Amino acid sequence: MTSATRHLHCELAVIGSGIAGFAASIFATNRRLSTAQVGNTGAIAYTTGYLDLLGAISGENQALTDPWQGLVRLRNCEPNHPLSSLAEDNIRQAFSEFTDFVSDAGILYTPPADHNITALTPAGTLKQTLCVPATMAAGPRAFQAQNPCLIIDFKGLKGFSGRQVVANLKDHWPGLSCRRLTFPGMERGELYPEVMARALEVPAIRRQLAELLRQAAAEVTIVGLPAVLGMHNPDLVHRDLEQLTGLTIFEIPTMPPSVPGIRLRELFEQLFPQRGLTLVPQQKVDRLHFTGEGALLELADNFGPITIEAKAVILATGRFLSGGLQADVTRISEPLLDLPVSQPASRAEWYRDQYTDRLGHPIHQAGIEIDLRGRPLDRNGEPVNPRLFAAGVILAHQDWIRGRSGAGIAIATAFRAVTAAEQLLRS
Amino acid sequence: MTPANVLANSLPGEQLIETPVLIIGGGVTGTGIMRDLALRGLPSLLIDKRDLCAGASGGNHGLLHSGARYVSNDLHSAIECRQENLILKQIAPHCIEETGGLFVAVDGDDLDFASRFPDLCAAAGISCEELSAAEARKLEPLLSERLVRAFAVPDATIDPFRLALANVAHAGQLCGSLYRPHTEIEDFAVVDGEIMAALCRDARSGARLRIVAAQYVNAGGAWAMAIARLAGCSDVNLSYSKGTLVVSHDRLTTRVINRLRPPADGDILVPGGTVSVLGTTSLRSSNLEGVRPTVAEVDANVLEGAAMLPVLATARYIRAFSRVRPLLQDAVGDDRSATRGFALFDHLDQGLNNFCTITGGKLTTFRLMAEKTADLVVERLGRGGPCRTTSEPLADTGACRWTEAGASPRYWYQANDAEDTILCECEMVPTSAIDEILACAPGLEEKMSLEAIALRSRAGKGPCQGSFCGIRIASYLYERGYYQDRTGLTHMRDFFNERFKGMRTVIWGRQAAQMELAEALHCGLLGLDNLDDDSPPAASGRQP
Repeated sequence: MTSATRHLHCELAVIGSGIAGFAASIFATNRRLSTAQVGNTGAIAYTTGYLDLLGAISGENQALTDPWQGLVRLRNCEPNHPLSSLAEDNIRQAFSEFTDFVSDAGILYTPPADHNITALTPAGTLKQTLCVPATMAAGPRAFQAQNPCLIIDFKGLKGFSGRQVVANLKDHWPGLSCRRLTFPGMERGELYPEVMARALEVPAIRRQLAELLRQAAAEVTIVGLPAVLGMHNPDLVHRDLEQLTGLTIFEIPTMPPSVPGIRLRELFEQLFPQRGLTLVPQQKVDRLHFTGEGALLELADNFGPITIEAKAVILATGRFLSGGLQADVTRISEPLLDLPVSQPASRAEWYRDQYTDRLGHPIHQAGIEIDLRGRPLDRNGEPVNPRLFAAGVILAHQDWIRGRSGAGIAIATAFRAVTAAEQLLRS
Repeated sequence: MTPANVLANSLPGEQLIETPVLIIGGGVTGTGIMRDLALRGLPSLLIDKRDLCAGASGGNHGLLHSGARYVSNDLHSAIECRQENLILKQIAPHCIEETGGLFVAVDGDDLDFASRFPDLCAAAGISCEELSAAEARKLEPLLSERLVRAFAVPDATIDPFRLALANVAHAGQLCGSLYRPHTEIEDFAVVDGEIMAALCRDARSGARLRIVAAQYVNAGGAWAMAIARLAGCSDVNLSYSKGTLVVSHDRLTTRVINRLRPPADGDILVPGGTVSVLGTTSLRSSNLEGVRPTVAEVDANVLEGAAMLPVLATARYIRAFSRVRPLLQDAVGDDRSATRGFALFDHLDQGLNNFCTITGGKLTTFRLMAEKTADLVVERLGRGGPCRTTSEPLADTGACRWTEAGASPRYWYQANDAEDTILCECEMVPTSAIDEILACAPGLEEKMSLEAIALRSRAGKGPCQGSFCGIRIASYLYERGYYQDRTGLTHMRDFFNERFKGMRTVIWGRQAAQMELAEALHCGLLGLDNLDDDSPPAASGRQP
């Protein structure tokens, strides 16, 4: 059976469906660029919902409480870092645009502030991040104020232990305690956060959980739960539970794939088509070539082949996990366009000996080189094509893991790429 | 050696432990001696400075040799292997998979060597059946099309971890023999040709121990020379050969596949449950501690192995590991042609009458090595019966069963308990396995850690190499109250650092994606890269 090829036209094609890809689509939609977004499943389901800008500078021990001041230092010590060539105002605007859009669309986020938020992790450690979903915000607030707080976990939900959170935080947060509950309607066997989250969209389940929470809380007024408060309406579920219990409630991210990441993905997949954006999710672009006036993307979905003609392209395909970079036995390559990848001289140098070395591993600094407008460079240092831009962690000279800067690099560089693409398209 | 009388007496703050026999070294040999003595009615104390199989016992192919490997250069070892292979298949079938083995030559290999092979096997009494290339490829479809000769031999695979655990457990059951991990020997107190005490240190608590025994057995493997020197013995001379092996994500063959040529790099591929293990390289080493695989060694194994099985060039690998093998110093020529025989030193000519050292040898002959050593100990003590390990089955206790690759899913399915959640999803290790190991597995009585649990189970051995289950098991241990403070975080970090040593050289292809996700989780989210210095900003000291 053969199907007719579907031809799509747009001004901007965004390749990739991680934070960088979705951020690029948001910025493009806000600028009324006709946009198509395509790409693999992406790694967004592996994110926690926290939006880090910059939480550490490689090699330094102290976590950064002020990411903006950190960016100033980064410009000095890592001038090639993708965040170093961006103005602070643009980064602030990018974050605001991103969180405003997501908040308007139904997942309320705290706006970017002047300082990082000290956020909680499922292991009972602390991490610095810039913006968190509103459903998580009360946790960091309670920690900062050192208010008594109860951590709830659920029988059958592995990888999240209230006792663990309390044991590891008790020295920094004396008023912390924990209780284990049985999730309503899921008394036996293993629990999955995604299933729990969808169950809590049902009012009756919320009422049952609210009753359990009220009893468990006793004297305590602030309660933390694993992040399972609804999938499509987390703010509603959160608000309803707070009203039913009279408690202040917050979520703590679970191990990936985590509900807050899936929420973002499903939000975008639902919302973008309504905003006039063409979304071809969960499909890999097979080929991308440039013609005189534009670019042609070739891919296929379950209904057959698709071609997309675009005037500009943003490559936001991520790193190894999402397939934007590929590591084989001898070298690292960029599989879609075979762009030059700046990388260590040999595989022996990809990783340091110690896994948790504070300096980070050289392989993470590998990536594609860009100019100040976000255009990938060829081996001669010239833009590969004036219509091609790149964004996100595929870029070289950054270690988003040690830097706690994944969302920051994604959002800020997507902003630059869309701004530059807009200039090109409007000129 | 400390001959001073003062050291022959207990010091304040020292814990005193008395035992008829002290065995130093928790490899297969040391644990084998422990069980052998127990079967003769003699209790013993086994110590290891790390934990079971931390040396060469845990760092090999897991190959139960038919002996065919040694027919060309070491007939004596070949015959020993043939005999021990049969005995172990009888007494420890639960630790062994009777895979059978093939010796294969490919186009370009020395055909003269191949032609002599059947006669050499016959001389050692090893069964050897020639197969046509087509027959061999029918049995093992991934063998090279350039195959020219193939012979079937009775090679098998053996799980050294289960063997060691079962030896310890059996000895404990028989007569209360004890195992103490993380106990390092620092000195011997020697008076008038007799060791009065072994002076040890608990590597984790730093506590000092004085172990007083009638007989002291050095089964330190590669460390045997250093231990013998502590007792003033200069007769143990070892050289060290570093071997690196690499583990594939999938099991590629049913049988053990040996290259039919004089031993060289990457010429044995051994199935291990659900994976295959390719090796080994051989490099002379002066270093005993901190050996780790290099990219060059991994690549050498893969390149050579691909001549036998081209799929090895493109296979997904999940781990590499290195260990140091002790070679007895009378070796001439290259380390591969050195004897794989063992030696038992009674140290009489060193002026000691209650100390012996057993070293050299190999996994397949561990039982025989234990027998010879126990014979000497029994003779010296003047009590204990004859050796029973040639016929007495190795008891199979439940707590030792979790090291077998591919067995966890079977146990879990048989138990059919929905409440028993799976903590390691790659290898399907359930919560009940962790409970059983914590309750009954040898060596965890005093202190446990993630690493110690992983050693006693398949947890962390699958494609994710513990990235996820390390976190889940840690949570569970907090839940059960085994961890009550940040110790669990440092154990997690140490466990991931340890697993990474084996992953570092094989991170390409899908493993690169796996690794990126793991590191994002461990470091990016949980902050395990910053535990020591991560003083969280004081809640009250924050800037507004």
